[in-house]
Amino acid sequence: MQIAIKISNISKSFGKVKALDDVSLEVQPGELFGLIGPDGAGKTTLFRIVATLLLPDTGNAQVLGFDVVKDYAQIRKRIGYMPGRFSLYQDLSVQENLEFFAAIFGTTIEQNYHLVKDIYDQLKPFKNRRAGALSGGMKQKLALSCALIHQPEFLLLDEPTTGVDAVSRKEFWEMLARIKSLGISILVSTPYMDEASRCDRIALIQHGKILSVDTPSGLVKSFEKPLLAVRSADMYKLLHDLREFDKTDTAFPFGEYLHLTTKGRVGEEEVAVFLTKKGHENVEVKPVVATVEDCFMALMQN
Amino acid sequence: MEVISAHNLTKKFGNFTAVNAITFEVQAGEIFGFLGANGAGKTTAMKMLNGLLLPTSGEGRVAGYDVFKESEKIKKSIGYMSQRFSLYEDLTVRENIHFFGGIYGLKRQQVKEKTNLLIKDLELENVENQLVKSLPLGWKQRLAFSIALLHDPRIVFLDEPTGGVDPITRRQFWELIYKAAAAGVTVFVTTHYMDEAEYCNRVSIMVDGKIEALDTPSRLKEKFGVGSMDEVFLKLARG
Repeated sequence: MQIAIKISNISKSFGKVKALDDVSLEVQPGELFGLIGPDGAGKTTLFRIVATLLLPDTGNAQVLGFDVVKDYAQIRKRIGYMPGRFSLYQDLSVQENLEFFAAIFGTTIEQNYHLVKDIYDQLKPFKNRRAGALSGGMKQKLALSCALIHQPEFLLLDEPTTGVDAVSRKEFWEMLARIKSLGISILVSTPYMDEASRCDRIALIQHGKILSVDTPSGLVKSFEKPLLAVRSADMYKLLHDLREFDKTDTAFPFGEYLHLTTKGRVGEEEVAVFLTKKGHENVEVKPVVATVEDCFMALMQN
Repeated sequence: MEVISAHNLTKKFGNFTAVNAITFEVQAGEIFGFLGANGAGKTTAMKMLNGLLLPTSGEGRVAGYDVFKESEKIKKSIGYMSQRFSLYEDLTVRENIHFFGGIYGLKRQQVKEKTNLLIKDLELENVENQLVKSLPLGWKQRLAFSIALLHDPRIVFLDEPTGGVDPITRRQFWELIYKAAAAGVTVFVTTHYMDEAEYCNRVSIMVDGKIEALDTPSRLKEKFGVGSMDEVFLKLARG
């Protein structure tokens, strides 16, 4: 089967800012691929190049076998693109927006309703409401429906879950899993590291450079440093004290624990003794498996 | 000592009750996490506490002032950092600090001292005369936080302060929060990152305009029989 996206050595600058720096990536057909990185990492620039909306300075990219520069018209017919900023017609109703997007792609809602049914059913009670008057979660569902209604082979979703609460984010990823099961390849970007595990493969991106491409489990396994989770009754003091510990490499808050990487292997007991001497109470130290966020931070510091 | 207290505080817009009789207190020096799904009423509640929106009914006091009658005094006693970056992009770091110092009514000499101290604390010496728009997002957010504290408010309200920043900068930001709280500032913060809920002393979770849970993160997890705040949130918000 045709490779879904092949990006080769793409660079793009805006004035002095190098938004993308020699980026290469491949997305396989049927894959749910996550592009994970903070604001300003270059995610949107990469999406715009793949969506044929922006020309790279150097390098080339193919989408579904078509070149993003020469064959842009072929690509546009075959992809669904949901930009990060809400970009439907605010003054059209929910139903009018969906009809409009179906019409410009030469299809009808009826023809492809099975693709959007699960999502659109939740919007039906509001089908006559203007899109501009929908809540954030509803806007997101409508935008996804509009990106899907022409039965694209490839879906590009630029930060669909940014600013969305944890419950709605979970629901959105469940929708993506269903879309993937229809055979549609998906490239999705997110600043939330905890969403990485929902993807088949992920690329970590920072300052326009790809830090790593791997499966979520492969990435986590590649974390080489010894990692301990530490807590005590006073977490702020704990952070300061651990940074003074001569065997500490990094210490970062991680939910109810701090994650500590050490220079060489250090026993839990040794950390606990150090902290008890510093006057900490209720000290708990345990080995822990790295998360995608641990990996991202380690790669950022390389 | 309480610095925020709300008793049956309610806000209606027409027939719609955005905030439905919320009752809670926040103690001085506490880091208080204010969580809820999109549309649960967090922003409306926060605006009432900020003196930006008049409540429909109930009672509320912030920094010792009444939310119905003394909203102007409340505004002077609190710091606020909005989720949209709200410094002036076309002013330099130094000019932004001067400007907000002036707005908050600080004396010229005070502004000068505070500016130097703040630039040193945030290690911005090398960029103090650069336009704010040229700074990385994480630096901007730390600067915005420090400026929200410029007039030594007793309470600072932070509305999703860490959205979109990288994981290291996000943690550096929380260190600033810890530091402010350790110095006695009360921190009232909203976030969509559930690991950040764990950094709070206490957390409230709003569902459909009501506060459905309020406790320390560890007690909330115990109460709902789950291992993380993420699961507590899912259980509550999904009903």
